[in-house]
Amino acid sequence: MSAVLSARGLGKRYGRRWALSDCDLEVPAGHVVGLVGPNGAGKTTLLHLGVGLLAPSAGSIEVLGRAPSDDPAQLARVGFVAQDTPTYARLSVEDHLALGAHMNPGWDADVARRRIDDLDLDPTQRAGTLSGGQRAQLALTLAVAKRPEFLLLDEPVASLDPLARREFLQGLMEVVADHEVSVVLSSHLVADLERVCDYLVVLVSSRVQVAGEVDELLASHHRLTGPRHDVASLPRDQYVIEESHTDRQSTLLVRHENPILDPSWTVEDLDLEDLVLAYMGQAGGSTRKRRGDTPRNGVAKLGVAR
Amino acid sequence: MIRFHLDSRSGVSPYMQIVQQVRNALRLGLLSKGEQLPTVKEVVAQLAINPNTVLKAYRELEHEGLVGARPGVGTFVTGTLAPASVAAHGPLRQDLQRWIAKARRAGLDDESIEALFETSFRSSTQAEIA
Repeated sequence: MSAVLSARGLGKRYGRRWALSDCDLEVPAGHVVGLVGPNGAGKTTLLHLGVGLLAPSAGSIEVLGRAPSDDPAQLARVGFVAQDTPTYARLSVEDHLALGAHMNPGWDADVARRRIDDLDLDPTQRAGTLSGGQRAQLALTLAVAKRPEFLLLDEPVASLDPLARREFLQGLMEVVADHEVSVVLSSHLVADLERVCDYLVVLVSSRVQVAGEVDELLASHHRLTGPRHDVASLPRDQYVIEESHTDRQSTLLVRHENPILDPSWTVEDLDLEDLVLAYMGQAGGSTRKRRGDTPRNGVAKLGVAR
Repeated sequence: MIRFHLDSRSGVSPYMQIVQQVRNALRLGLLSKGEQLPTVKEVVAQLAINPNTVLKAYRELEHEGLVGARPGVGTFVTGTLAPASVAAHGPLRQDLQRWIAKARRAGLDDESIEALFETSFRSSTQAEIA
C-alpha cells in the first residue's frame, strides 16, 4: 500500500533549536495514526510540515506522494484541523459552510448538512457561542466536507471534556468508516487514542522513537519479570527498552522478534500506555530513582521507523 | 440486533471483546441464523473505535464460519455455537473442580492455584503457536 506520509531525514530548526530532527517515517495509507508524545516533542511541527504550513530545514517530506505545496489540487486532497479546532467566532455555522463551499472545489454539501443535522447544531448560531465540543465538531465538519484523502488533526480532543471527547471521536470514526480517508491525529495522552488508532508514532524530544501498527507493537513488546538477569545474556532478538533490577529480581520491558522461551521469565502483555511510557522514559533518559530500584535506560538503540 | 460494549480495563483487546460478545450471544441464543450484526458504521459510531477493529472481528467470525458478509448489505449470522461445545462444558468443569480440590489438598492457596493455572495456560498456548 502506498504511503500517505513519508519523511526522510526530515528536520525543522527554529534558531538553534531543532523542533524535529532526523525524522524517517513511512505511514501507509488506510490507517488511523496516533501521533503521541509529550508537549513540545515536535508533533505540531511534524503536522505543519505535512500540510505545508512550514518548510523543512533538512530532509524531505511527501504527503500522498507529493511535496506539500500551496497548489490547489494538492490542498484539496488534504484536510487539516489545527490545534484547539479554530473557527471564526463572529460567523454563524451556516456562514462556515458557505465559506467551505466557496473555498473548496470538491465540497460535499450533503455531507456537511447531514453532519450539522446529526449534531443538532443551529445553523444560525455564531461559532463564538458554541460549546468547545460543538466548535470542534464544526471544525471537523469543514475538514471532512472537502472530502480529503488524508486528514490531519492536531490535538483535536485535548481541550474537550470526556463526553465531548467521546462524541468527537465517534464522529471521526464514522467519517473513517464512510469515506476512504487516512487520518493522523496527535495527542499527548495515549488513552485518548487507544481505541481509535491502529497505527502509532511515538515522538519524544524531537525524534521518532517507535512507529508501527498497534497490533504488531503489542505483539512484539512484553514485560518480563524473573530472577535477576544480566541483560547482556539475552537472546539477540530481544531489545531492552526499560529495565529495573533489585538485588534478586529483574523487570524488563523488551521488544522481541521471536517468542520468549526462557522459562524463568514471567511474560506479561502490555497495554499501549505502558509501551508509550517506556519509550518516553528511554528517550527522556529519566533519572528519577525509585526506592529499591535502579532504573537504567536506553540500553539498546532501536532501528525504529520502518 | 445486539449491541456491543467495551471494557477498557479487561486487558482483552477490543477486537477480541467483539468476537467474544458475538460468540456469547450465539451460545445464549440472543443471536440466531439469518440475523444481522450491527454495521461497521453503527459500531464505530457507538463505541468510538477504529473501523478496522470491527472489520477484523467480523473477519475472524467469518473465518470461524459463524457469520457471512453480504457485500453492500451487511454481516449476517450463518452458524451456530450451540450444543456441541456447551455439552463439553459439564465434564470439563468436573475435571477442573477435581483438579482444584487436589491442588487445595496439596496445600496451595487460591492465588497459587490461579498463578499455576495462568502460567500453564500461557505456556500451552505458546506451545501451540510455536
